[in-house]
Amino acid sequence: MADNVFIAFQNNAEAQPIIEAILEDNPAAVANESPGMVKIDCPGRLVVRRETVEEKMGRDFDLQEMHINLISLGGNIDEDDDEFVIAWNT
Amino acid sequence: MAKAKRLGLKERYSLMTRGLDWETTYQPMDEVFPYDKYEGIKIIDWDKWEDPFRLTMESYWKYQSEKERKLYAILDAFQQNNGQLNISDARYMNAVKLWLQGITPLEYAAHRGFAHAGRAFRGAGARVACQMQSIDELRHAQTQLHAFSHYNKFFNGMHGFAHLRDRAWYLSIPKSFFEDAMSAGPFEFVTSISFAFEYVLTNLLFMPFVSGAAYNGDMATTTFGFSAQSDESRHMTLGLEVVKFMLEQHEDNVPIVQAWLDKWFWRGYRLLGLVGTMMDYMLPKKVMSWKEAWEIYWEENGIALFHDLSRYGIRLPKYHEVATKEKTRVTHELWATLYQYGNALGLHTWVPEDEELDWMSEKYGDLFDTMYRPRLLFLREQEQAGNRYFNNRLPMVCQVCQIPVFYTEPDDPQKQCVRIVEWADTKHHCCSDGCADIFNREPEKFVQSLIPPQQIYRGDAGGARDIFEYAEWLHLKKDIDTGEYNGSPDHQNWEAWQSQQPTPQANSDEAA
Ligand SMILES: [Fe+2]
Ligand SMILES: [Fe+2]
Ligand SMILES: [Zn+2]
Repeated sequence: MADNVFIAFQNNAEAQPIIEAILEDNPAAVANESPGMVKIDCPGRLVVRRETVEEKMGRDFDLQEMHINLISLGGNIDEDDDEFVIAWNT
Repeated sequence: MAKAKRLGLKERYSLMTRGLDWETTYQPMDEVFPYDKYEGIKIIDWDKWEDPFRLTMESYWKYQSEKERKLYAILDAFQQNNGQLNISDARYMNAVKLWLQGITPLEYAAHRGFAHAGRAFRGAGARVACQMQSIDELRHAQTQLHAFSHYNKFFNGMHGFAHLRDRAWYLSIPKSFFEDAMSAGPFEFVTSISFAFEYVLTNLLFMPFVSGAAYNGDMATTTFGFSAQSDESRHMTLGLEVVKFMLEQHEDNVPIVQAWLDKWFWRGYRLLGLVGTMMDYMLPKKVMSWKEAWEIYWEENGIALFHDLSRYGIRLPKYHEVATKEKTRVTHELWATLYQYGNALGLHTWVPEDEELDWMSEKYGDLFDTMYRPRLLFLREQEQAGNRYFNNRLPMVCQVCQIPVFYTEPDDPQKQCVRIVEWADTKHHCCSDGCADIFNREPEKFVQSLIPPQQIYRGDAGGARDIFEYAEWLHLKKDIDTGEYNGSPDHQNWEAWQSQQPTPQANSDEAA
């Protein structure tokens, strides 16, 4: 099985729709909660899609707004206007 | 409604950041950038540098100012509502003291280091990334000082972090780590701090520990901790980018980078032993043990990263298996060390309560029950009999990591691990094979380390003749700032506040 990539957010109201969108778009992703934060692990590759986040938020969303509530991540990043991808190349 | 047509992020970013630098003509480039070649790293094409986040300066300021607004709104509310009363127990504050004394100065050192590295790189992409990180790190130092200044009004030992930083024996552990990095070349500096420390290891600090701060009711630390960590994702990706960039640019770079990864993995791991000890011993309410954090953030996430790098010919860092073997011991051995040298620490130490010992048994199993629990119970018995144990001398510390030479052999938890290294007819002590290797690779550098106990005994600590005079020179008051927690003014104040008695004056220090 591919190694996990991960992304973690502060567990607050602003990050909630982002977390929901990620879990919807990445069926293999698993959210682990600990006090104050949520860490999402996913084998091999994880994508954050702008459109899904906008649907959950009910407003326009710039993927770079993620920086405000992002805690950490593990994996190589590729980012454009529509998608933010974390992946291992192996 | 159709959105106004605009450039995509990738084009926008490249227009805003590329082609803005130039080749110097009055002076040769090698004179203008004298430090980015001597480490032996070969760069063929600086334009191949990729910025994973594609954050322009404009967006950088926009998001950073939003983070600051949120942070300070919470800090204001925290102060107005006497947030210090919401922590789980006053013992918790000692983790905060260690953070203020040991970690906050590293943020400032990182600020300086990245300013220097940014100036040293001739590639504009790397320069901009270092500049942003330098500004972030200054922000981290400042927000931590602002957050902690409220606690300084109520708890002892927080009055003189800057004075302590250059004088306290145990703070030479974090200080020497950063000074080793800052006195290296720019590529090694970024590899050590952004990659080995921030990408591979600081998740262990900012994720489980800050989550622990949240669990222990410390809103101030949680807030600045996670706010700082949001910058950290950028620093981590800078670290990964610089490593991949070096590896892709020239095959001759591979062995150099590997040697740095070996060195800085071990140095970072040794430094993080302090954080592990904060997690296991200084959080009255426990979130995750050091062992569990090691398993998640190193054995799972860290190793995944090295698998990814294996396509460049990079292997796992040397002695990673030793670090994994030690995961059931490190924090217990280090706490015993801090406990006994408590008369020369700007924080309190104690024997954990029964419930906490049970938690440790559950997390650490047999080894804890056979080796560490009996020792802790013995120390508690001694303390209750009015015979609190202090080792009123100073320890021999490792020539490389500066941690007391108190850890045990990787395969024998009953045997002290000491390695003696020699160079130019002098002998030096190391705590481990990892540190001995680091010394042997750069002996000319490490023989120059100032080793605090030696300096103190030579009279270079204001002429102090014993540990008590030394503590005075640190501006630490005996049994107020130092020593046992039980019965300390912090402890008494806390009990009084909990039982709603009139608030005693907490801080006897004139210094603010
Ligand atoms: Fe920082
Ligand atoms: Fe950082
Ligand atoms: Zn050492």
